[in-house]
Amino acid sequence: MTDLSMSRPQGQSRTGKIILRWVLYLALGLFALFYLMPLFVMITTSLKSLEEIRTGDLIALPREVTFDAWRTAWSGACTGVQCEGVRPYFWNSVLIAIPGVAISTLLGAMNGYVVAQWQFRGANVIFSLMLFGCFIPFQVVLLPMARMLGIMGIAGTIPGLIFVHVIYGIGFTTLFFRNYYVSIPSELTKAAKVDGAGFFRIFWSIFLPLSLPIIVVTVIWQFTQIWNDFLFGVSFSQAGTQPVTVALNNIVNSTTGVKEYNVDMAAAIIAALPTLFVYVVAGKYFIRGLTAGSVKG
Amino acid sequence: MTKWLEENTPKLVLAPSFIAVLIFVYGFIAWTAWVSLTRSRLLPRYDIEGFIQYERLFASPRWDTALNNLFIFGILFIVIAMVLGLVLAILLDQNIRTEGAIRTIYLYPMALSMIVTGTAWKWILNPGLGVEAMVRGWGFESFTFDWLVNPEMAIYTIVLAAIWQSSGFVMALFLAGLRSVDGEIIKAAQVDGIPTWRIYTAIIIPSMAPIFLSAFIVLSHLAIKSFDLVIALTGGGPGYATDLPATYMYAMAFSRGDIGQAASSAMIMMMVVFAIVVPYLYSELRSKDD
Amino acid sequence: MSPILEITNLFKSYGSTEILKDINVSIEPGDFLVLVGPSGCGKSTLLNCIAGLEPITGGSIRIGGKDMTEVSPKDRDIAMVFQSYALYPTMTVAKNITFGMKVRGVDQATQARKLAQVAAQLQIEPLLNRRPGQLSGGQRQRVAMGRALVRDPKLFLFDEPLSNLDAKLRVEMRTEIKALHHKLGASMVYVTHDQIEAMTLATKIVVMKGGVIQQIGSPSEIYNRPANLFVADFMGSPAMNLIPAKAHRAADGTRIEIARKSGDPIVLTDTNNRDLPEDVILGVRPEDIADPDLRGSEDTQAAECLIDIVEPAGADTFAVMQLGGKHVTARLHSETTARPGEQKRLSFDLGKVSYFAPETGLRLN
Repeated sequence: MTDLSMSRPQGQSRTGKIILRWVLYLALGLFALFYLMPLFVMITTSLKSLEEIRTGDLIALPREVTFDAWRTAWSGACTGVQCEGVRPYFWNSVLIAIPGVAISTLLGAMNGYVVAQWQFRGANVIFSLMLFGCFIPFQVVLLPMARMLGIMGIAGTIPGLIFVHVIYGIGFTTLFFRNYYVSIPSELTKAAKVDGAGFFRIFWSIFLPLSLPIIVVTVIWQFTQIWNDFLFGVSFSQAGTQPVTVALNNIVNSTTGVKEYNVDMAAAIIAALPTLFVYVVAGKYFIRGLTAGSVKG
Repeated sequence: MTKWLEENTPKLVLAPSFIAVLIFVYGFIAWTAWVSLTRSRLLPRYDIEGFIQYERLFASPRWDTALNNLFIFGILFIVIAMVLGLVLAILLDQNIRTEGAIRTIYLYPMALSMIVTGTAWKWILNPGLGVEAMVRGWGFESFTFDWLVNPEMAIYTIVLAAIWQSSGFVMALFLAGLRSVDGEIIKAAQVDGIPTWRIYTAIIIPSMAPIFLSAFIVLSHLAIKSFDLVIALTGGGPGYATDLPATYMYAMAFSRGDIGQAASSAMIMMMVVFAIVVPYLYSELRSKDD
Repeated sequence: MSPILEITNLFKSYGSTEILKDINVSIEPGDFLVLVGPSGCGKSTLLNCIAGLEPITGGSIRIGGKDMTEVSPKDRDIAMVFQSYALYPTMTVAKNITFGMKVRGVDQATQARKLAQVAAQLQIEPLLNRRPGQLSGGQRQRVAMGRALVRDPKLFLFDEPLSNLDAKLRVEMRTEIKALHHKLGASMVYVTHDQIEAMTLATKIVVMKGGVIQQIGSPSEIYNRPANLFVADFMGSPAMNLIPAKAHRAADGTRIEIARKSGDPIVLTDTNNRDLPEDVILGVRPEDIADPDLRGSEDTQAAECLIDIVEPAGADTFAVMQLGGKHVTARLHSETTARPGEQKRLSFDLGKVSYFAPETGLRLN
């Protein structure tokens, strides 16, 4: 770490330094306001009545706090013809995300273990092909995937969505585990082979116990990806199986009835809560996943 | 037999994922490429007819708008997010006591779904009750801020929301880069009496070239794939003023029933992505093999 | 007695690059074989091939009289100590040592008994419940040894086990490994790039370069009668002086002429070797160029030499001079009268010199 604050030129006066410091904090504070403002507006709007929204100020605190909008958003808002709120769709997302995360993480761990520690001829080519697969715009697979899900008999179902998320998630999960396992000396695998352990035994007894940090990173990454997905959700689901992002979009863009902004905001916050929660609780791992996903190495 | 199994277990473990990637990535790309060369409409047809779909695509004013928008959106989004991210990173690099908290605030939008981001900004920017109404309420009766419903300006609301969502992430990348610069070089510069701003411009920032490249790749990738944000914020409108290739493709595939157009526009998107990502990944993989 | 390890015509290549070429080595039970050579010479690859961790392209490996060429590592009856120790990071020291037995389904009581035995032998009892991360380098080294000892294998394999230790600890552990070898009477194959380690530990040394065996022999054979210029240069520190010289046949032996920067050449007479070609490279160990009053045998001959540099090194003093266009080092007594820039009479022990052919680098005598 570098400490540039120690290097202020000698000539600068003490008051000059203090003023500079204040300007710095002011700038940081203003940026913080920029990032926080939409969240603040969402929360306050969701706690206002429709009447107050129409007459009041965008950034004013609610005169009277009401949770009606939250109740409606959770169990009464209309996503089209149905008016059940986001609740069923929230659970759809949970049902998609949990197996999707678990399966893609497990596959990624095994694949990464092979690519990093059990090199065979062609393994690097296979890994590169999988890696390139992470970067395709998914539009290019939407049409054939829709037909394939139909052929497999899982079109419009939750298992179908899990399948899609697993397929297009293993590239990244493999990358995460591969980069983690590559830093573990191959002598460890050799020692275990001499000790008589086989492929699965070495994975289970030696690598898996070492893997907690990368499992956390991968799980968070995959959970965020799957929970926040909209493209697959809107393309491959039907009325009863939509994930919460699709439901939120339908609520916000439904043209029937009075526009209830407070309900929209409450629904948006509900849809955002799980990933926000993960971010607040495990931000360090979240950032590590983001940077690992972008800086290959 | 056990000997064979012992030797081939790694291959057997990797095989299902590899086969899946072959079919569902490369096979599907091939399928889309094939269909983009046919006269497919509501249903796919498999007789190759040449580049007819691409001709239709580039004759379409809507696709023209989508490409234009991608260009405007891509450049503004990438440039502003990079500059903002770099500025924030440098500001945060000055021994800020509350750095952890501030970083958390700058980065949290990255955890949100684009749909949530779109919904929030749609509300803030809506002229009737949002920022415009608020400023008018303060007494500036003639204030107008109607970008969201103005076909000329709507694309910039998408730029704004996308920057809000992603600039914190660029900051995190750059901050990590600033911290990874060899401390001894900086100490040497300090001993030489070089002022702080010169240390940044002459030593630290040039040494972060790989991180600029990474940030550029990630942001351009995000820009080309942008779909959810447009759907949630403007729905591609007003009219199709904010269409991007991704929304064009989706509209053709799922509401207009024009598979040929959907396939050809998807292929163009993929080519753009690959033109950016492939050289990068290739060089990364090569340098790692050494 | 049949050899405990017998490698015949072993070849190993990655794609089109040959890593090991026609390796033939065998050792008897109780032998301590050291594979030595510069980095990239294939010595570690050879060890991995013996362990079964790398497949071989041709030839065969027999351990304890059985063909092990196609057998997987766990069934070769070997134990291995690695350069990085390769201790399992999430297991305690005790678990590290017993992991192999656990995998092979050895019963708990036997595991405990063997663990106690090895721990006592290596004096690591207090460490048994710690994890590798909490140990010092020397302690890790002991645990790695313990993991190998507990197997009681036919053959121990060591892959540069001391190279991660600091200099002092390295010397201590070297002595300990030697003592262990004596006590167990076990057969060992040991890879190192350190020629001193090779000399002190081995009963048999294999010197390798570029995937080819240069010489196999006892430490004294390798040291005193190096088979070629490479071995002569690689083994010994300071290295053997290799001086271009002219050989002429004479009545009482061979006259060896060594050119000097100024003045007449030095002429020495070798009475033992008569059939040398005209151009030779004379190999003389530094200790065979000495103060005339201190060392001397009947083959010793003295000559005046101009000393360039004097390097006192405690027990010895090294004097460097120019002979035959090369820097030549002499190992002198620490109280030598040699002074830089002055002439000094030095004696050359011609009973111990080597001759090499300049074109082929092969030994002539």
